[in-house]
Amino acid sequence: MTAVSSRQQLNYIAAQAADARVNLEIETEGMTLNIGPQHPATHGTLRIVAKLDGEQVIAADPVMGYMHRGYEKLSEVRTYPQVTTLINRIDWLGSFANEVPFILAAEQLMEVEAPPRAQWIRTVLFEMSRIANIVLFLGDMAVQVGAVTPIFFAFRDREHILNQIEAATGGRFHPNFDRIGGLKDDLPKGWTVETKQVMKKMRSFCDEIEGLVMGNEIFQARTRGIGVVPPDIGLSYGLSGANIRGSGVDWDVRRDGTTGAGGLVHDELDWRVWTHPDGDSFSRFWVRLQEVRESTKMVDQLLDGLPSGSIMAKVPRIIKVPAGEAYVETENPLGVMGYYVVSKGGLVPFRVKIRSASFNNMSITPWLLTGVYVPDIITILGSLYFILGDIDR
Amino acid sequence: MSSALFAELAYWQQTGIRVGVGLAAVLLVAGALVYMHLFKAVSFMQSRLGPMEAGPYGSLQLLAEVGKHLQKEDIFPRKADRFVFGAAPFVVLASTFLLVVVVPAGPDLWFVDSELGIYLGMAVSSVSVLGILMAGWGSSNKYSLLGGLRATGQLIAYELPLILAVIGVVIQAGTMNMADIVYAQANGEIFGLGIVGNPYILTQGVAFIIFLIAMQAELAQAPFDMPVAESELVTGYMTEYSGMRFLLFFIGEFATAGVFAALASVLFLGGWYVPGIDPSANIMNVLGPLVMLVKIVGLTFVVFWTRFTMPRFREDQLQRLAWKFLIPIALANIVVTGILKVTF
Repeated sequence: MTAVSSRQQLNYIAAQAADARVNLEIETEGMTLNIGPQHPATHGTLRIVAKLDGEQVIAADPVMGYMHRGYEKLSEVRTYPQVTTLINRIDWLGSFANEVPFILAAEQLMEVEAPPRAQWIRTVLFEMSRIANIVLFLGDMAVQVGAVTPIFFAFRDREHILNQIEAATGGRFHPNFDRIGGLKDDLPKGWTVETKQVMKKMRSFCDEIEGLVMGNEIFQARTRGIGVVPPDIGLSYGLSGANIRGSGVDWDVRRDGTTGAGGLVHDELDWRVWTHPDGDSFSRFWVRLQEVRESTKMVDQLLDGLPSGSIMAKVPRIIKVPAGEAYVETENPLGVMGYYVVSKGGLVPFRVKIRSASFNNMSITPWLLTGVYVPDIITILGSLYFILGDIDR
Repeated sequence: MSSALFAELAYWQQTGIRVGVGLAAVLLVAGALVYMHLFKAVSFMQSRLGPMEAGPYGSLQLLAEVGKHLQKEDIFPRKADRFVFGAAPFVVLASTFLLVVVVPAGPDLWFVDSELGIYLGMAVSSVSVLGILMAGWGSSNKYSLLGGLRATGQLIAYELPLILAVIGVVIQAGTMNMADIVYAQANGEIFGLGIVGNPYILTQGVAFIIFLIAMQAELAQAPFDMPVAESELVTGYMTEYSGMRFLLFFIGEFATAGVFAALASVLFLGGWYVPGIDPSANIMNVLGPLVMLVKIVGLTFVVFWTRFTMPRFREDQLQRLAWKFLIPIALANIVVTGILKVTF
């Protein structure tokens, strides 16, 4: 009788179990990769939970709110002039542009209009903050794709713009310069001449980036056809700014604004809206590069035609805004930014709702990141160009 | 080292001298490359000055960095495979030190005068893959694992064009001995012109360019730095390392750059040979290392210049470049070299 000893039996069972385990393990199961909140590519505290199959993303889920600072609520306990100090910090790279829509909403409620000179200087600073913001994007996009040097050029040349903003307003990053009914100060002497030279430098910076980054074959291989946003999908997710113009939608609030960008004078300038039909990462980069060039031309025209006169309308010293509601949106560096201001009469706003561009631009990421490779997550996020303060407010 | 010099010494003394000289040759060159390229040349490209405070013109910055890393805590992640994690940097560094063994720097300045010199070099250069895979796996970190796997795929893919490019040189020189390759270049002539000898960069230009590209990939420098892609994988397989073990990886990176550049200079630029001086003259034992150093610095400058200019390829794109582009060209180069070798 060939009895199987219990020891052999146990060995056999153990081998069977091991086989079963191996079979289970070889059947590939997804890996969850947690990108952020502390990660070099998120430049801030964005977190993306990506489910991977190999290096391919099956599902991506952005987790926002790590930097929520409660600006909407804080605005309710601050007087109207004090609110601008807060909202400067929303998109910290183009601070002045954040103040403009809020001030315009307040002006609309108070039914005052800034004098022409204030409007023109406002537009100059608005466009300069756009240049300061997007110049950094042009360098940063190269870093996301792997070239480290262009960001140093971007920081170097952005410094000229920041110097001019500081000379005019006294603040490099957070000017806090816009006032209800006008501006805090007039421009210093010689500022227009220097600014025109800076604009020339920015145009040569754009040429440099065009040769160094945009013309590079590897950059094109990494961005062309990657992260394609069809126009209808982009519109349905509420994309704005260069992200939607990169998909071929010809829409710019500076030109097509309906809810009254009355305090800005883009209508009187000769400029055009750039669009790109492809909708991929490259086209978003391309559109932004053209926009910087267009902005430098606009600043030149504005400085040539600067009207003289007062920079402040007649506004009471203590600002009380009559009851009412106003929504004003402008084309900020990151996209459309709007403020919905509700006043019940008095020193402080009753409610301020901030429509910031990056929050909506980020909402497309689950749709856009599905099916791409891990390296492309970074380039797509880079090309969507968000700023954490603008997402979380 | 020269056999005449060593005739009187015991085996352990010879070994001690070899180890000491090997360490000095690798570490001094690596330090010089870090200072000249990473600290200074790149800083000037990026419109900044680089380190200026430690020592005259920042020349002692490297010592400060080494001191800083040596003081740091040697952290092991809780779930790491402790042995594999700890051993990985040494495996990577061992590959570099084994590679330097085959490189001659003068008529009598060599560690191993093997008839299979370049073959041995190519073989030991592959050992570093093991160390990188160990680091990626042992860290128990998803970023490290992705980086380690990418590095492994990349290094294996680019080993082939590297070796195939070398084969062209071997066919033309008719030997695998590194010193004999140098003599073949020094005594060679192109269409009867022998003024500068025949550095194989002239006749094996295609192989030289393939070698440089594959070398860039073997060193995992941009545009082939997907394994350590700092904007997505933090630093890839090195993410969890700190202190001395990180320093070892760092030294390994630059030492390997120096050693690969030394290989390239021997294979394509004539090694320690300069036109006008007999390469077997005794004076070349002194001048040879300096000539080599100049060639190494020049070649590594190209490496780091490219690294700080180019964006990086995606994993599939760089695999495509290796398999569909570099390997066929390298094979064609071998065929053409073979035909010409037989005809002339």
